[in-house]
Amino acid sequence: MANPMRIRAAAKDGVTEVRVLMSHVMETGQRKDSSGAVIPAHFITELTAKHNDKVVLSAQFGPSVSTNPYLAFKFNGGAKGDKVVVSWVDNKGDSRTDEVQVA
Amino acid sequence: MNHQRRDTLKAGGGLGIFGLLAAAGMIKPEMAEAAWNKAAFDAHKMDDAMSALGAGKPAESADVQITAPDIAENGAVVPVGVVSNIANTESIAILIEKNPAMVAATFDIPAGTVADVQTRVKMGQTSDVYAVVKADGKFYMAKKEVKVTLGGCGG
Amino acid sequence: MKKTIMAVAIGAVALTAPNMQAMASEDLNFDAYRQMLADGNPAELFEMEGEELWRTARGPKNATLEQCDLGVGAGVVDGAAAQLPRFFADTGKVQDLESRLMHCMETLQGIPSAEIINGKFRQGERGKLASLVAYVVTHSNGKKVQVDLSHPKMKEMYDMGEKVFYYRTGAMDFSCASCHSQDGKRIRATQLPNITTSKGAAEGWGSWPAYRVSNSQFWTMQHRLWDCFRQQRTAEPVFASDVTIALSVFMAGKGNGYEAVWPGVKR
Ligand code: HEC
Repeated sequence: MANPMRIRAAAKDGVTEVRVLMSHVMETGQRKDSSGAVIPAHFITELTAKHNDKVVLSAQFGPSVSTNPYLAFKFNGGAKGDKVVVSWVDNKGDSRTDEVQVA
Repeated sequence: MNHQRRDTLKAGGGLGIFGLLAAAGMIKPEMAEAAWNKAAFDAHKMDDAMSALGAGKPAESADVQITAPDIAENGAVVPVGVVSNIANTESIAILIEKNPAMVAATFDIPAGTVADVQTRVKMGQTSDVYAVVKADGKFYMAKKEVKVTLGGCGG
Repeated sequence: MKKTIMAVAIGAVALTAPNMQAMASEDLNFDAYRQMLADGNPAELFEMEGEELWRTARGPKNATLEQCDLGVGAGVVDGAAAQLPRFFADTGKVQDLESRLMHCMETLQGIPSAEIINGKFRQGERGKLASLVAYVVTHSNGKKVQVDLSHPKMKEMYDMGEKVFYYRTGAMDFSCASCHSQDGKRIRATQLPNITTSKGAAEGWGSWPAYRVSNSQFWTMQHRLWDCFRQQRTAEPVFASDVTIALSVFMAGKGNGYEAVWPGVKR
């Protein structure tokens, strides 16, 4: 099971800023281990963020996104206590969903 | 079902499993609908990447701004932010010209979301970083060179 | 593989790596880069895990660490790391954060210290200890380093740390000072702090533990020191042994009064 994300969401002056750290190897599929065998690609491919029930961002990642990916974005509106839910899925079908309340 | 979609399913890629999960009610269908743009992420040439993004030859625009350091201490983690000041921005893509697979990430910006995203990418060497923005159906771009002292693609 | 990296690092003391020659050292300013990484430091992922571990009943005694006394009272985490290492009356020893946490894990949870001492970095209980470290230091972020050197045992450790710092040994006859006693010294593109000055000592002490972007790993100060012993090509120090704690007392003591940036983010 994938490790939890750290999500922070803060509303200020009518804009909510969301910052997400994901725990993921983001393996490119181009590296070799010490025995020379290729380490298979393993990376997050898609991500969706919702504010309450509305999608506020959807993203697609390739293997060039860094290990333990970071993402920050802003949406209009959002109030203290609202729910922000972030989900990702990777190329092996692993997925993870976490939520946080807007601060 | 279009050609690209079938390829992805055959390869057992993200979409296939995603679709299955959605069918089983384990994830919300709107996530499964967003098909991972395999053609773009597999592109090894700038022209191919641009056409897979539907961008053709986008015009350089001062309204697209890239925030990235001039020089990165390690290419494994290079912060890149893109802001588009163009009205009705629908999507933002980040490309690294000298990476083997140049498209790093794409973002769909629904109405109500600010066209301002930040992430971090791997860079194998010093390269131009491109931001490609789609707004009102038209494409725009900006680029910025980031020097990398130690490559971060690990092979 | 590791050996070649070491050899390269040491070889590079005198030489600059070829791809660096074209860049003058004033061009190698990573401030903007580091500043952009500080917000959203992936060390937070380890901190989260550490917080969970702190509150989770574990070990043969099925207990949490919530009664662990890090020197500022049972269960108090806020500001604790900024005052470590310190002398603890209950153990009669000077302990750094790692050795104190190890003590709590043994006494409260029944997790034998030997398992950690004989373990490997980032694995098993030693790996869990590192996440706990991430949690504890985060609660001293921005605080001034305030290590009390008045106890005779602390003085003793400080003096021992200073001696070790200047003690030349190993195949290259290096001491810590060989690499860390000049201003503006670099190995490849990496700037090495001058630990013989208060500012330099604080720079080193106050920026580790850290998340390393080059390998996506979280390293505690024990891990940092272990790696520098390897850079020095001496025997590997025993985890949380007095030598490592003495060096920490020396660096922390010298760095007193400077703000800690914990956890750090490094190349
Ligand atoms: C052969 C040279 C060498 C020797 C000898 C050496 N170090 Fe280091 N030290 C380094 C390098 C290189 C780095 C930076 C490593 C990195 O960023 O990956 C470093 C980093 C450090 C840091 C962290 C500095 C910072 O600001 O990030 C501390 C603290 C430190 N060393 C302490 C010591 C101590 C104590 C000793 C003696 C036991 C020692 N070093 C011996 C090369 C050396």
